[in-house]
Amino acid sequence: MKLKSLLVSLGLIAGAVTAHAEEPLKVGFIYVGPVGDLGWSYEHDMGRKGLEEYFGDKVKTTFVENVPEGADAERVITQLAKAGNDLIFTTSFGFMNPTVKVAKRFPNVKFEHATGYKLDKNLGTYVLRTYEGRYISGVAAGMMTKTNTIGYIGSFPIPEVIRDINAAYMGAKSVNPDVKMKIVWANTWYDPGKETDAANALMDQGVDVMLQHTDSPAPLIAAEKRGLRAIGQASDQSKFAPDAHIFSVRDDWTPYYVKRVQAVMDGTWEAQDFWGGFQDDMLTLASINPNLPADVRAKIDATHDAIKSGAFKPFTGPIKDNKGNIAVAADHSLTDVELAQVNWYVEGITDEIPR
Amino acid sequence: MDSDLIVQILFAAVKTGTPLLFIALGEVICEKSGILNLGQEGMMLMGAVVGFLAAYSTGNMGFGVLAAMLMGSIMSLIFAVLVLQLGANQVATGLALTIFGTGLSAFVGAGFVGQTIQGFPPIAIPFLSDIPYIGRILFSHDILVYFSFGMTAVLFYVVNKTRIGLTLKAVGENPNAANAIGIPVLKVRYLAIMFGGAMAGISGAYMSLVYTPMWVENMTAGRGWIALALVVFASWRIGRIMLGAYLFGLASIMHLVLQGMGWSISPNLLAMLPYVATVIVMVIISADHFKEKLLAPRSLGKPFDPRNMA
Repeated sequence: MKLKSLLVSLGLIAGAVTAHAEEPLKVGFIYVGPVGDLGWSYEHDMGRKGLEEYFGDKVKTTFVENVPEGADAERVITQLAKAGNDLIFTTSFGFMNPTVKVAKRFPNVKFEHATGYKLDKNLGTYVLRTYEGRYISGVAAGMMTKTNTIGYIGSFPIPEVIRDINAAYMGAKSVNPDVKMKIVWANTWYDPGKETDAANALMDQGVDVMLQHTDSPAPLIAAEKRGLRAIGQASDQSKFAPDAHIFSVRDDWTPYYVKRVQAVMDGTWEAQDFWGGFQDDMLTLASINPNLPADVRAKIDATHDAIKSGAFKPFTGPIKDNKGNIAVAADHSLTDVELAQVNWYVEGITDEIPR
Repeated sequence: MDSDLIVQILFAAVKTGTPLLFIALGEVICEKSGILNLGQEGMMLMGAVVGFLAAYSTGNMGFGVLAAMLMGSIMSLIFAVLVLQLGANQVATGLALTIFGTGLSAFVGAGFVGQTIQGFPPIAIPFLSDIPYIGRILFSHDILVYFSFGMTAVLFYVVNKTRIGLTLKAVGENPNAANAIGIPVLKVRYLAIMFGGAMAGISGAYMSLVYTPMWVENMTAGRGWIALALVVFASWRIGRIMLGAYLFGLASIMHLVLQGMGWSISPNLLAMLPYVATVIVMVIISADHFKEKLLAPRSLGKPFDPRNMA
């Protein structure tokens, strides 16, 4: 992989020498993982490919994969900017500060940073409403569990993950008042071995439906081995667990990337803080398992439609946190700014958020 | 905590400990011959990727395991030539081997990421698996776990009771003396290193064929390093390595189990238990110089060149 990034860098330098104004719009991507992780980076790369398919010769894309979050990222982003890219997508939370720095040095290049919150004149952010998919996952899990215990593998206790845990629990509770949720923190985004351990630890304790906020399909494989159920994350993970798989909540970045590239071409691009979900076709339910009971399937579809149409927003009050305080007032739906700051568990989750 | 849950946890500890057991068994044989190979992680990753590729393309799991063992030995052979023939520094060469293996395995496996295979099925051993508690914990695993039991027993016998074991220890304790009485020191070390490589390979195969039957980059996630600590923890004794592997396995899943039960104890704190245990053992060992000499192979890490002999 090192060799690959080296080749890409060399290509970038070569590109910088020959770049001139008549060329197609150049779009650069930087990924934190390998494109083959079958999760987060994989879907971003699918978005990049979708971009090429949609615009054909009018765009030229470059990507650099496996870039560690830190000093290396700043170097790679700088190279992408120097190579004449007009628009650069930096696709991991940890690329935030490097992107901010490089954006200041290249005021004519446009930058977009995924899942961050720092904006500038030429730096926008974009976030997925993964909590919408998580709510539907909770509904499905709440109906499918026989032990009334569902499990959730967390990665890191950041607002995005805590928000999604709440959404999943509220979804489950809405269909099953007796449901309990056990949460385990794996402290990793991607470690199939550890994710397997976490899934087994939960299933040993009576969990029979697994949800995960880590990126490998390992928990699905573990659930399949035991004849239990699980829900896929980020990409379609059905093939890893043909029987266990309920559905996968798939990220689809293509619509967003197409829209933003079009904006640059039209000269209408402006830095913004964008949140996209089912309504924007950036989240989809992939491979809903035909082996689900009809009532579960119907409920999944109904919840999905309500969220997609905008009729239902999961974080609509009154919602209490698990300390008994009012977290969301009645008739209020959390705004995007408020969603970015969720640091409480909803009433009914008995755990504490690790500090 | 009911007894069922305890049995489940111990069962999982044996499973988690098995890759550690394989790789530590290989490393302890290598170290007994006086060679410190820090390339475990690299050899393990190469074993994992080649084992997966072989099993995926042929559909034969046994073939995958053999290919992984072969790959591990080839990797260790590179190390052996550099260290034994060319007198390269063992620590630096071992580290280089890990970095090399990490990169090469990612390169080789790039096209196979996201593929999946049917892992080894569990086989309950008749009669033995019916023993209450013990049967479930020890005798309802897959074939590789039983192989690790057998390997431990064989190595325990060979190292402690046979001439081969004596030769191995002689080479590791005092290569000059061993050379003087006609033991082919380099040959013994070559074989020990390659055995270590094969064990690292099978340990990798356990990860990619059984534990999480798929290949992803860097999937061993530092287990090779834990195994190095484990060898010290077990003070170079075969029996203690087995016990230690399961203890380390238990420690690495315990923080997940406790979280599921609602304990609000920092997972980071628990995840570091195996390392704390190793440091404590090292302190105990080093506190007594006589003990230290008794335990660690005396020429560990020191190069030996027969051409320099007077």
